[in-house]
Amino acid sequence: MNQAIEVHGLTRSYGDLVAVDHIHFSVKEGEIFGFLGPNGAGKTTTVRMLSGLITPTEGKASLLGFDLETQTKEVKAHIGVVQDVSNLYPDLTCYYNLIFSAQIYGVPRRDWEARALELLERFGLLEKKERKFLTLSRGMKRKLTIACALIHNPPLLFLDEPTLGLDVRAKRMMHRLIEELNHEGVTIFLTTHQIAEAGKLCDRIAIINRGKILVLDTVKGIRSKASAEPSIRISFHRNEGLAPELLALPSVDRVRAQGDHYHLSVRDLPLALTEITRFAEGKGLLIGSLHTEEPSSEEAFVQLTGIEAEKMR
Amino acid sequence: MRDELTKAWFIALKDLRAYYFKPPTISWGILFPFVFALAFLLRNPQGAHELAPGLIAMSLIFGTTSMSTASIMFERRIGSFERVILAPVTMWGVALGKILGGVVFGLLVSSVMVPLVFLFFRPTLVNPALLVLAVLLSSFLFSGFGCFLSLIVRQEFDAMTLANAVRLPMIFLSGVFLPLTALPLGLKVVAFWFPLTYEVELLRYALLGSVDLIPPLPAVGAMLAGCALLLWASQRALERRRRNP
Repeated sequence: MNQAIEVHGLTRSYGDLVAVDHIHFSVKEGEIFGFLGPNGAGKTTTVRMLSGLITPTEGKASLLGFDLETQTKEVKAHIGVVQDVSNLYPDLTCYYNLIFSAQIYGVPRRDWEARALELLERFGLLEKKERKFLTLSRGMKRKLTIACALIHNPPLLFLDEPTLGLDVRAKRMMHRLIEELNHEGVTIFLTTHQIAEAGKLCDRIAIINRGKILVLDTVKGIRSKASAEPSIRISFHRNEGLAPELLALPSVDRVRAQGDHYHLSVRDLPLALTEITRFAEGKGLLIGSLHTEEPSSEEAFVQLTGIEAEKMR
Repeated sequence: MRDELTKAWFIALKDLRAYYFKPPTISWGILFPFVFALAFLLRNPQGAHELAPGLIAMSLIFGTTSMSTASIMFERRIGSFERVILAPVTMWGVALGKILGGVVFGLLVSSVMVPLVFLFFRPTLVNPALLVLAVLLSSFLFSGFGCFLSLIVRQEFDAMTLANAVRLPMIFLSGVFLPLTALPLGLKVVAFWFPLTYEVELLRYALLGSVDLIPPLPAVGAMLAGCALLLWASQRALERRRRNP
């Protein structure tokens, strides 16, 4: 399988701040590649570099076989980019926004109208054709922004936080759309700070924090790496201040207090259960509830990166 | 080359469609110069026809700089300016497109202003071709000035302040109201650095058949050089924004 994106040592600094720090990765043609990380991790800066919006300070990248530095115009002609804000022209109609996109992306004149109408229909916006962009709802604005990025049928699509600010229904619709596009053969580079979204949609995920890639693997691979450490969710009738004592148990690796229960990452599940039962008996504590869990995407993420899941919300 | 010119034209058309009727553009382009000139006319009704070149020049400078500045700063604020940077068009094409929008607007403004000027100020028309050339070059020059300005500043407010800091002194020192020959030597030297001076001189020759100091050919040359310089500077400013956003 050919590589849609190849990145070697890509770096972007702003004065003393290194926003993206010598990252390496490749994206295969036809996959949905997730770029996951908390706010300020370097996701958007990476997309801005790969889409030609800003220049890298160091490093090389090629997209669909075109060198980013020397063939920037060719790169731009073959990719679609949906930025993290719906940034179409507010005073122009939905239809004209699409026509203008067709014009600057070099779509042949004879195809402008047909392509614009086809996309309006596909995204359920045909009856809003003559409405100005500024009058649309947030979900519709997002849809039209994606439609504009698809006007020239790009084989590679960058989606920067595509579901940011959308309600549950619009989010589901967006997930379906991403899967549909991928089935049609479009390679998708998806940046998100939502662990569940990346886990659900992506074939492979790179986790980035403070400009560096911490983990890069398939979703299954990330889960299996993390599943070496199962977890226990437990609550006691008296919950206060037990975290240090639970952490002191030999088979417990990490303890997080979450609401009215504790979340324990453990090395050996049967041993940990025995130790916890003895601990409760010894302290005269009643166990309110106890669940053993396979690591979720969130848990796998926390285990592998050390970044608290709360920071991603 | 053809691809770049075509895309630049599409950018210009989009700007006209999106921003043509924005109130600041209309008011700065037509109302402000007219009110300004009316004030001078009331003070000196005999010299009315002498004001004609300056009035057309003023409407062009305010109309075109406002158009290109407003469109770029507005798009920068809402993030849509990045859409053209993401598109497969060079920074030359983007700069040219943004300037061309101002040029077309300048032509529209002058198609209103020139008949009004002839109606109220009654200049003689000595060279119509030179009038068209002067309007075209001025529109490009000042649209380019607005474009460059809005690409080098951080905030919308800075662009307007800087534009006025240059435009207003230029009006008083470029022969719009006072002939260049009446200026002291020091201010004359300053006037030679202002593109408006060449525009007014060219318009004066086209409308009245006389010049203060600069004959038409050097004025055309200076304006052409100014157009090229501002297109280049705008393209450089765009490239710089990619390197240091």
